[in-house]
Amino acid sequence: MNIAHLLNAMPGTIAQGLIWGITAIGIYITYRILDFADLTVDGSLCTGGAVCIMMMLSGHNVFISMFVATLAGMLTGLATGLFHTFMGIPPILSGILTQLGLYSVNLEIMGKANQAINVDKYNLLVSLRYIKNVAFYKNTIFIVAIATLLLVIALYWFFGTELGCSLRATGCNGNMSRAQGINTDFAKVLALMISNGLVGLSGALLAQYQGFSDINMGRGAIVIGLAAVIIGEALFGRIFRNFGFKLIGVALGSILYYMVLQTVMWMGAKPDNLKLFSALIVAIFLAIPYWKGKYLSKPALKKGGRTNA
Amino acid sequence: MLEIKNVTKVFNPGTINEKLALDNFSLTLEDGDFVTVIGGNGAGKSTMMNAIAGVWPVDQGQILIDKVDVTRLPEHKRARFLGRVFQDPMTGTAATMGIEENLALAKRRGHRRTLRTGINKKEREEYKELLKILGLGLENRLTTKVGLLSGGQRQALTLLMASLQKPKLLLLDEHTAALDPKTAAKVLETTEYIVNKDHLTTLMITHNMKDAITHGNRLIMLMDGKIILDIKGEEKKKLTVSDLMRKFEEASGEAFADDKAILG
Repeated sequence: MNIAHLLNAMPGTIAQGLIWGITAIGIYITYRILDFADLTVDGSLCTGGAVCIMMMLSGHNVFISMFVATLAGMLTGLATGLFHTFMGIPPILSGILTQLGLYSVNLEIMGKANQAINVDKYNLLVSLRYIKNVAFYKNTIFIVAIATLLLVIALYWFFGTELGCSLRATGCNGNMSRAQGINTDFAKVLALMISNGLVGLSGALLAQYQGFSDINMGRGAIVIGLAAVIIGEALFGRIFRNFGFKLIGVALGSILYYMVLQTVMWMGAKPDNLKLFSALIVAIFLAIPYWKGKYLSKPALKKGGRTNA
Repeated sequence: MLEIKNVTKVFNPGTINEKLALDNFSLTLEDGDFVTVIGGNGAGKSTMMNAIAGVWPVDQGQILIDKVDVTRLPEHKRARFLGRVFQDPMTGTAATMGIEENLALAKRRGHRRTLRTGINKKEREEYKELLKILGLGLENRLTTKVGLLSGGQRQALTLLMASLQKPKLLLLDEHTAALDPKTAAKVLETTEYIVNKDHLTTLMITHNMKDAITHGNRLIMLMDGKIILDIKGEEKKKLTVSDLMRKFEEASGEAFADDKAILG
């Protein structure tokens, strides 16, 4: 166990965490703002990666490819949204249906289960190879950090607009929203599209970064994203009150999640067991607020309780 | 202002839980009417409100608000005409959003929601002034999350939100039932103030007979999805609780036994 190995791996870990951070921000929008556990992401992450790689392989510019990957992600959100609002299917099942369908769609896009792209032949925006010994403006960490910052600014602006406020209201209280004239079905579909658009973009970056898109690349994405959201909130929730900072907290949560994972691997855990490890981390973090409320609440604090006042 | 024509609504049709909630129900409100609605549990009071608000479609009949046929309009489109306050203080506001944000949402009722800013400086000043009316000190807590307010404060805020865009019709669905008597009285006082200030046509459900008699210019009593008593004008002004109970017994042909309707 040489600490140098761990430190050596850290820049790559941070880059990976940042890329997943964009997925996590997408999940924050559905899970926290819309109050909708959206399982579409396990499929839409791969859709984004597949579309980006296939477009680049057929000679398109990296930015156009990423843009189309984002649109493809939005379409997956539209599908889930319509399952839920137009067809009346419960949220979780809507996401699972889209996710399952996307397995075939993703295979169709790629033509096979895995499509590689060569960093030397194509002009990639981010890559494993652009971590060390490159100019800072070509460094993947720098590029993804800037991209994340721009996305956070855009989302901060959007959720402050009339339309963005109607999305927040829908997630908070559907009855009230409809009574105030908000089309809650439209708001839900729009939020799902924005969320999965971000996930698609994240998938496009991830596929470039690792040099291939793979049919299994999105497996467990919802859990990884949730882990980032929860870690971000647990660690920065008290400092970051502002919505924009909360999103940054989520991105930082994603980086921390990958750092912990890397450390666990460095300590000798088998890579095969990482998914189990992730699932347990998320389960425990989700349980903490529940346990706190159940076993640690002091009667004195209940006075003037928020919900029953 | 409001015309309900022969509306029928059956819940769970074809099952053992089938319930005829509104039975060929008709009601017409004039501009500026303040109608109080009483009746026992399951009489159809809330069903009537929800039919007007469009929470679900009705089986038969027609509903017109200010001569516009809204029978087929979805809930969010009817919101343009309606101000609503609910029984549960949690229902009328968005708990995770600030007081000013809730007001801003209500301010945009009936307007298209665009990419313009969700709340501007001028509005803030306006809300500050309006909140002073409530006398609850909320004008100094514009950014406080509504989830931190008490039930009474939330109902008062919901009332303000309901009247921010002057509605054609104000629907109050037992909006004081979940409050303690003192707070309930305060919220009713605010209701009276807002209704008078904007000359709002109002429909108010209450469990409290005294409130039903004190407020408004017309009183209707519902039973089994029908109006069994309709008292207005001079007769309403002179009405007492014992009159009302006697009239109920005459109209329904049975002794008044619902304690809850008397005691509130």
